[in-house]
Amino acid sequence: MKKSLRLRSALLSLALFLAFLAVWQVATQSSGAAASQAGMTAEQIEYQKMLGKDPGQVKAAGFPTPAEIGATAWKHLSNPFYDNGPNDKGIAIQLAWSLGRVALGFLLACLVAVPLGFVIGMSPLLQKAFDPFIQVLKPISPLAWMPLALYTIKDSSTSGIFVIFICSVWPMLLNTAFGVASVKREWLAVASTLEVKPLRRAFRVILPAAAPTILTGMRISMGIAWLVIVAAEMLVGGTGIGYFVWNEWNNLSLTNVIFAILVIGVVGMLLDMAFAGLQRKVTYVE
Amino acid sequence: MWSDQGIAMKASIAAVPAGGSAFLRIEGLSKSFVPGKPVFADVGFTLDRGEFVCIIGHSGCGKTTILNVLAGLDAATGGHVFMDGREVAGPSLERGVVFQSHALMPWLTVRRNIAFAVQSRWPEWPAAKVDEQVRRFVSLVGLDGAIDKKPSQLSGGMKQRVGIARAFSIQPKMLLLDEPFGALDALTRGTIQDELMAIVRQTRQTVFMITHDVDEAILLADRILLMRNGSETAAGYRPGNIAETVVNPLPRERTRAGLHHLDGYYALRNHIVDFLVTRARAA
Repeated sequence: MKKSLRLRSALLSLALFLAFLAVWQVATQSSGAAASQAGMTAEQIEYQKMLGKDPGQVKAAGFPTPAEIGATAWKHLSNPFYDNGPNDKGIAIQLAWSLGRVALGFLLACLVAVPLGFVIGMSPLLQKAFDPFIQVLKPISPLAWMPLALYTIKDSSTSGIFVIFICSVWPMLLNTAFGVASVKREWLAVASTLEVKPLRRAFRVILPAAAPTILTGMRISMGIAWLVIVAAEMLVGGTGIGYFVWNEWNNLSLTNVIFAILVIGVVGMLLDMAFAGLQRKVTYVE
Repeated sequence: MWSDQGIAMKASIAAVPAGGSAFLRIEGLSKSFVPGKPVFADVGFTLDRGEFVCIIGHSGCGKTTILNVLAGLDAATGGHVFMDGREVAGPSLERGVVFQSHALMPWLTVRRNIAFAVQSRWPEWPAAKVDEQVRRFVSLVGLDGAIDKKPSQLSGGMKQRVGIARAFSIQPKMLLLDEPFGALDALTRGTIQDELMAIVRQTRQTVFMITHDVDEAILLADRILLMRNGSETAAGYRPGNIAETVVNPLPRERTRAGLHHLDGYYALRNHIVDFLVTRARAA
């Protein structure tokens, strides 16, 4: 029963995908040849050409067909590691730059948010004292920090990492604090009747008890970080998948832009799945 | 103001043999959440080594607070608790606690839940010795087959058995049980009561236990403390206290099944029920 549901949903997904491709194909085809020369006299075509609009070439410059995307994807994926200078690198190299920045910013955020969240969660005093700062800083778009980061750090790549850091830190901080604050009192009571030392209590009782909540925070942070890195790289330029999108837009290569969009989506999904897996590992049933 | 209760107190202390050398001594204990209106005040009783004492009373009379003070988890507003001649100040491995909600850590298996306690008690023990101790106490409560299961895979009765095994595994000087069978169905409750009694008799453990169940108290306890709630009287507010101490006259070797055939069972039961119905919660 469960298996058949899975099978049916997969079939439906496939059908939806094929329908989407078909509509795309039809839509992009008709905009080309059909509208171009049909019903135009030779003079009209000539006149259009004089205006700088070549009806015969509309198709080449228009929205790419699925087949063209497929060909581009194959071209990129079959040779992902080439490096022909600053504006022409393989997709894997661009992705590696982006992932590296995200990983670094995210890791720094972990290092700050988890211990700080722990301390805040354990102390109602600190919780109240930190709250106004967190409430003000949390809703700031990470990209709003960019000018400040560029001015103070002076290095565009490091500024990108900083932006990732600042956007990942809040969900992790809040979730860690919340998770730690809501550890069941009875487990803490058990720990105190067993005279468990503070450090052991933190790692053996509070951390595992709060781990599911902390990982939820990490998963949210990672999602935001992956959203933000594209925008950040469009701003700072140089390398990365975001810069790739910007660069291909400037090249007016929509095929490459669409391919990059797909890659961003797939990588984002894989990251989320990885964190979902981690989350399952630390989740417990009461 | 509280003269009648004072007489009851004296009577109960007099009933306890050798009060001065008692293993656990509680003196003048009081707790107020609202200043000037203590939940209970001037509570005093003693426990001898190897004695099983139950405290029975309505909700809100402060039983759990007394137990938490004995455990060191809560601080009394006034009064003192001495165990083995030393004042109780904070939680200690010398007093094992079984919580009403079993309080097992759901991310650990039964084995590791108990090992956590054993390692806390004897940090210097090698892993093999810890495991040996764990297995000994798991089999004491008859859970050998479930030792590598998580608490979520166990029934309520099994979880409570694990809680009991954990409290016993650190071999404390005394055990505090906060209504450990309150959440269990009657059948399971009966089985675990028998098991608990067997283990307590075998280990000669000193036990202080909260219960709502009169039969449970009669089955397990050597002495039963009857506690009444604080109440407003014509003479003003009267804080809760132990109204009476009942010494269980039934033979020590008793079973749940044969309990109601014993001479004196009904007299004892009626006495306690009458207390709960008429005197525990003075209008």
